[in-house]
Amino acid sequence: MCKNSILKIEKLSIGYHQKKQDKIVFSDINLSLEKNKLITVLGKNGIGKSTFLRTISKVQKPISGRILLNDKNISNYSEKELSTQLSLVLTERLPESQLTVFELVALGRQPYTNWIDKLSKEDIQKVELAIQQTEITHLKDNRFYELSDGQLQRVLIARALAQDTEIIILDEPTAHLDMHHTIKIFSLLKKLVKETSKTILISSHEVNLAIKLSDEIILFTDNNLYTGKPSQLISQNAFDNLFPKELINFNRTLEQFVINKN
Amino acid sequence: MENKSYTKYFLILSVLLIILFFLNISFGSVSIPFKDIFNSIFGGEVAKESWETIILNFRVPKAITAVLVGSGLSVCGLLMQTLFRNPLAGPFVLGISSGASLGVAILILGSSLFGGFLLSNSASNWSLPIAASLGAFLVLSAVIIAANKVRNTMSILIIGLMFGSLTSAVISVLAYFSEAAQIQQYLFWSFGSLGNLSWNEISVFFIIYIIGMLATVSIIKPLNSFLLGENYAKSLGINVKKSRNIILLITSLLTGVITAFSGPIAFIGLAVPHIARMIFTSSNHKILLPSVAIIGSIILLICDIIAQLPTSEFTLPINAITSLFGAPIVIWLLIRKKKIFI
Repeated sequence: MCKNSILKIEKLSIGYHQKKQDKIVFSDINLSLEKNKLITVLGKNGIGKSTFLRTISKVQKPISGRILLNDKNISNYSEKELSTQLSLVLTERLPESQLTVFELVALGRQPYTNWIDKLSKEDIQKVELAIQQTEITHLKDNRFYELSDGQLQRVLIARALAQDTEIIILDEPTAHLDMHHTIKIFSLLKKLVKETSKTILISSHEVNLAIKLSDEIILFTDNNLYTGKPSQLISQNAFDNLFPKELINFNRTLEQFVINKN
Repeated sequence: MENKSYTKYFLILSVLLIILFFLNISFGSVSIPFKDIFNSIFGGEVAKESWETIILNFRVPKAITAVLVGSGLSVCGLLMQTLFRNPLAGPFVLGISSGASLGVAILILGSSLFGGFLLSNSASNWSLPIAASLGAFLVLSAVIIAANKVRNTMSILIIGLMFGSLTSAVISVLAYFSEAAQIQQYLFWSFGSLGNLSWNEISVFFIIYIIGMLATVSIIKPLNSFLLGENYAKSLGINVKKSRNIILLITSLLTGVITAFSGPIAFIGLAVPHIARMIFTSSNHKILLPSVAIIGSIILLICDIIAQLPTSEFTLPINAITSLFGAPIVIWLLIRKKKIFI
């Protein structure tokens, strides 16, 4: 198992550094993620999913503990090195510019381009491939502000693909999307894991879909952190701790959450 | 695909720039035949010696100054709009020009408070630009120190604005205690002027300008990554803090030296990047940087021609012209286009 592991997290506490006392959001996170998997981070609002993803992608500092990417602590990676290992799709809105879809995806090649950002033949190939894999070829010359939320999400995934990293981390890629587009994004990610042997880590509120489509789940609950295959977590009754029980409950036979009757 | 039309626009604009440069030289309070203008620049026979002096020592330096100031301010505006991801940003938002104004105000208005030796009639031409540069540099240092203390780029914008109003307040206090003649002298400086630069001054100006422009070209890559926001830029391997400091330094240097030599010239820095984005419909800095520089030069040359009031003996303040003619054009462009970008 160790051989196949790409990301190892040891005794990690996440939160925010403050002057008087650090605000800890979640502590004692220990886990090891394997290559070539679709991993979904689940948990209710405010439990620390985003903080977790931001911490392991070095957007913010951990309170304590170690994050090892390919056996090297991410705090020892330079920004440049990390940019060839790990790419991001964030929830923040892009500033309003006139970038075309192609230009936006091509920005993913920045870690590899020269000082004036000239795209080599190989760069252009990788950009075109990413555009094909995410099925946005018809949008290539559009400005990104003309796109729908679902299309934009695929463009951002294409940008991360073009960055050619082993890991892609996506923070809530299905927020604001309808049911059809949510499933479309999930199956796209699933397909990418299969085709490109990348490790894709996402956070989501789509619990039912995540149980069906993820290879692994990291489940944040009030008292505990569960990791494992969806079936393992189901047999541990882990999902019972996800939400308060007055409105919805986890149904083990259906393997999904259902609304309580009356 | 679109490259062809970019080349076409660049060609048209470059030709326009050259035509306007010569047109600018041919207008002035003394009318000089075009043949003599041509001859004095390219070393031919000129009918009157005074004409040659006017062309070589006044009009050519002024036209060159217009090009340097116009392109420099526009590039600074582009840098600020990209850094702050705010279409309202311009070279003056950091309070740099207020700093330059403060330097000049202390020199002119403060002379009565601190003894008259600061600006006697015999003081060299250099005292104004030096005072302005010192003022700009002082505010710049304060802004950069503050910028490295705050995480959020938007806070820098507000800090810059605060420094701006602080220095304006100090200038008001100075003006209150000054005599009318000195206030008038300060007022004249604040009108802006492209003339009066000697070749010596222009060469100093030019060296700093070139340093600023080369530095700008060297950060095209981080500038483009900033179009996705700072977190994405960082994840693309860009050193955000370093790039931010370089942008601040370039802007301060260019705005400082421009304000020092030609006074605070409004509107150009804010508006030209928008005009360039509308013409080229691009946000890519490889396209925008040269186009912003050319369009900025063109617009300031036009404004200067208008300010000359051709064939009359009067010259209007350049600062008034840039806003009087520029602001309505930008308003019209924005209403027509409806959407603004960075």
